[in-house]
Amino acid sequence: MMRVVGLGLRRGLIELRQSLSSGTDLFGYALPAVFLVIALVWMRGSTIPGTEMALGVHSLIGSLALLIVVSGFMSMMQYLSMDREDGTLLRAKATPNGMTGYLLGKIVLVAGVAVISCAFVLVPGLFLVDGLTLGADGALALLWLLPLAFLATMPLGAVLGALFDNPRQASLVMLPLFGLTAVSGIFYPITALAGWVQGVAQVFPVYWLGLGLRSAFLPDALAAAEIGGSWRPLQTAGVLVAWALAGLLLAPGILRRMARRESGSAVAARRERAMTRMTV
Amino acid sequence: MYYEFDSVLDMTGSVLAAGAVADTPGVDPVIEVRDLRMSYGDKEVLAGVDFTAVAGEVLVLLGPNGAGKTTTIEILEGFRRRSGGEARVLGVDPEQGAEQWRARLGVVLQSWRDHSKWRVRELLHHLGGYYAEYSTASRPRPWPVDELLDVVGLTESAGTRIARLSGGQRRRLDVAIGIVGRPELLFLDEPTVGFDPEARREFHDLVHRLTDVDETTIMLTTHDLDEAEKLADRILILAHGRIVADGSADELSRQVAGETEIRWTRDGQRFVHSAADATGFVRELFRQHGEAIGDLEVRPSSLEETYMKLVREAEGGTR
Repeated sequence: MMRVVGLGLRRGLIELRQSLSSGTDLFGYALPAVFLVIALVWMRGSTIPGTEMALGVHSLIGSLALLIVVSGFMSMMQYLSMDREDGTLLRAKATPNGMTGYLLGKIVLVAGVAVISCAFVLVPGLFLVDGLTLGADGALALLWLLPLAFLATMPLGAVLGALFDNPRQASLVMLPLFGLTAVSGIFYPITALAGWVQGVAQVFPVYWLGLGLRSAFLPDALAAAEIGGSWRPLQTAGVLVAWALAGLLLAPGILRRMARRESGSAVAARRERAMTRMTV
Repeated sequence: MYYEFDSVLDMTGSVLAAGAVADTPGVDPVIEVRDLRMSYGDKEVLAGVDFTAVAGEVLVLLGPNGAGKTTTIEILEGFRRRSGGEARVLGVDPEQGAEQWRARLGVVLQSWRDHSKWRVRELLHHLGGYYAEYSTASRPRPWPVDELLDVVGLTESAGTRIARLSGGQRRRLDVAIGIVGRPELLFLDEPTVGFDPEARREFHDLVHRLTDVDETTIMLTTHDLDEAEKLADRILILAHGRIVADGSADELSRQVAGETEIRWTRDGQRFVHSAADATGFVRELFRQHGEAIGDLEVRPSSLEETYMKLVREAEGGTR
């Protein structure tokens, strides 16, 4: 078993290195940073309503939350869907313990991609905004927050990746995710939105991850600007754990079903469909 | 370079193989299939298939498109659930095959496009790693990567990204991945599609090497009858979901009792005749014309003719 864990970790690192040496992938990591820099320059001078804190800080932290969710959820889904189409998953199935190694590798890859995307945003962001602090308390919060954020997103991303038969269908999920971002107080405080919208946003993990990250990176005085005037760490953990449990309960069965259905002719049929799509 | 290496291995191979046979207890069949059935909805793809394969045998599955070749192989690989009948592969029901069982199989499918961003050596090294815990004294696993690259003729492409391989190179990589765990049983679904004659020849040498040195049982499908004749210890012809013939190429042509073609010249003129009893015909020919007969050629019906005849008969039977 230890050997398979080692193989999975190494697999993830190899794929991470491949991603870092791919121009397209690097462009994908850098693009959000470019948008954020433009947004930060544009909102210079604005403050979070009712506080002295620059709005840019809120947006910078919000975009970190968004990137983590997008990586954990979207990337996981797309990788799985792509790997099903090109037969990588079938290869894993044909190898002893290959599925375990494959999934471990994907977890490492996705977590790595999330960290890299965040770094791309954080580095220029830190030059443009002041007020980001990370004390011992904050660092401690990140230690439980980040793994929980991955647990809340990756299994569900894997489930959707297993359900969608081709990567293009999978990208449809982008739209609701953008909608969710708009209401989750990522770029602008949620308190400015209508009450029922706040209610909807608080069902999903995006808002809570943003809140958790603000609690880690901002001084406690700023909790006053949040819903209920508090960082609400217990609720944050509660909602994220609930999503993680939902994903972890669903994922094994659906992934096993996906693996069971994988065969050479299934891959060939998918490939055929992909070819027709290209010629149409 | 590749050939020299191979011939050395062939020599050691026969010694090793002799030793291996001596201490192999019993001869349990590697594949045992009884009344195998498969239907998709109303459509019956396999209508009761029976056959067995013993260790070290090369079994070639022939048949027209849609005859159920890939379905049969996928069921035996444990990738597909059968609708009925019994199947045992290496003594295990493929539907119940655990990872331990999986480690003893090698699988090469018709088309792979996976891991296109990986480099050749990197992928072989990684995939080989999964087999290490199933290594045994008689079968050290995995196959050392450098040796394997040499065996399939990919040494020079070791550092190449897989997406950049040519079609033939990609196919060789697929074969290399199929055998990296030193399988006891190897499934090859149309392995030589897209090979040039030289690559095909090298692949045939590799198949012989695998069966001779490693006692690997091989089950392969092909459309190339010449290839089937060269490689097969036994040929199975699958048509309309049934095995319509099972035997060596010679046995099949005898089973079909095809006509033999006889060519000769007499007084500078060429003659061609087809006869069921070639020996009798030739005897009669010499009795009548004696010394006048020249350039005699007797050609038994080829595998192609046998195959066409059997498949046509099977089609006639169902229509």
